[in-house]
Amino acid sequence: MIELRDIRKAFGPKQVLDGVDLKVETGESLVIIGGSGTGKSITIKCILGLVQPDSGTILLDGQDITKADRDAFLARFGMLFQGGALFDSMPVWQNIAFRLLRGPGRLPRAEARALAIEKLARVGLGPETADLYPAELSGGMQKRAGLARAIAADPEIIFFDEPTAGLDPIMAGVINRLIRDIVDEMGVTAITITHDMTTVRDVAHRVAMLHGGKIRWCGPVDAVETADDPYLDQFIHGRAEGPIATLR
Amino acid sequence: MSARLLAPVAGLGRAVLDAMAATGRVTIFAGSAVGHLFRPPIYFKEILYAALSIGYFSLPVVALTALFTGAALALQIYAGGARFSAEAVVPQIVAVGMVRELGPVLGGLMIAARVTSSIAAEIATMKVTEQIDALVTLSTHPMKYLSAPRILAATLVVPVLVGVGDVIGVFGGYLVGTLKLGFNAATYLHNTVDFLEFSDIASSLTKGAVFGFIAVTVACYYGMNSGRGALGVGNATKGSVQTAAVLILAANFVLTGLFFAA
Repeated sequence: MIELRDIRKAFGPKQVLDGVDLKVETGESLVIIGGSGTGKSITIKCILGLVQPDSGTILLDGQDITKADRDAFLARFGMLFQGGALFDSMPVWQNIAFRLLRGPGRLPRAEARALAIEKLARVGLGPETADLYPAELSGGMQKRAGLARAIAADPEIIFFDEPTAGLDPIMAGVINRLIRDIVDEMGVTAITITHDMTTVRDVAHRVAMLHGGKIRWCGPVDAVETADDPYLDQFIHGRAEGPIATLR
Repeated sequence: MSARLLAPVAGLGRAVLDAMAATGRVTIFAGSAVGHLFRPPIYFKEILYAALSIGYFSLPVVALTALFTGAALALQIYAGGARFSAEAVVPQIVAVGMVRELGPVLGGLMIAARVTSSIAAEIATMKVTEQIDALVTLSTHPMKYLSAPRILAATLVVPVLVGVGDVIGVFGGYLVGTLKLGFNAATYLHNTVDFLEFSDIASSLTKGAVFGFIAVTVACYYGMNSGRGALGVGNATKGSVQTAAVLILAANFVLTGLFFAA
């Protein structure tokens, strides 16, 4: 279980997170929604230690993450970045097998390559993709390769940062289905950040809305449409009128 | 009124404090990178790749720079020496000028132009496209994986590059001296070899190591601390080359003082 208690983070005068409290149960798929610049990405970067919160506590299975062994902690995670964040300087298979080729539990090169090709197949990419460089892939293929890298070491927890951003609706649907299947098959705990309500409906067990630096609303995905919250209502229906200012 | 009068002084003070703070940050960064060189895991493949990229692939530009500089130096010394009947010292002055000063300084500046810019732009792009964050999530320390191997490789291969540049620079002087200025080939080489001392060569190679360290440490620092977007990458690249070039020239002055001040 991941638990965030009163997480605060400011960048200069801008208070991005202003007391975020959130729990994600093991095996649960939580989707965080919210407008641009509301701190969704910062929230998961705080969990991963990529950004240090100003105050608050983050617990993983009841243990404060700042006291955990960093490598062992990170080995439990996989992350799909918004732009893929594939390493330009190496072919796709080495991107996917990056963790498997390094560190104490590293695999022989041939074995790591075979495993990378297996993960590529899992996300619908053929073995011919393995030796291409990231710059030679389309946006959708980069997302899939990023997803293959995120699941390569069979993590217990996966974060998806805007998994469908910049994709056409069909490819977005393919990625959403892949995420849902992977989460179900692997039984992982997942946190997804998105603006895309199709992603919310496809992958979420539970939804949390971040607004004003706090979790504004949190509940099961089935309750999103019927929730009595004007902020959530405005966001999910994409209305310009409502309590959320459109000029931020 | 007094505040307006003091504004230039305050501006100067702020600039000095900023420069000192930046120096401190780069020093801490360099210390951290060096520390990572001695703690496993060591990425030998990255060190080898960086050595090839920095050393081998910089050879043509450093060699051409040295060749033309040595050749021009021979012409200048011959023309200048003729004013007081000292044309004969061309081999000796070309040798000492290339080995002590021009070889390492121009080699260092060429490394700043070619390698510093490239590394700063590469790492800055990795930062703005979240590749650095991706490294962290894959349990890989960016300093250990990106900075430390490049800094070590530059410190080891730039002296070799400078040594090769010194030889080619002297050869440039030799070509002009023998083909255009009428020097006897054997005498030119004899005078060159006889005049150079071990300390000249040691200073040249030491300068090469220091300049390599500076050029790549500054590149990694600017890359890792890049701002967002294309402008951030551009500013990181520009700032790294400017800073590396100035620091190389300043370090050259300090090292020359240490080696040769009477």
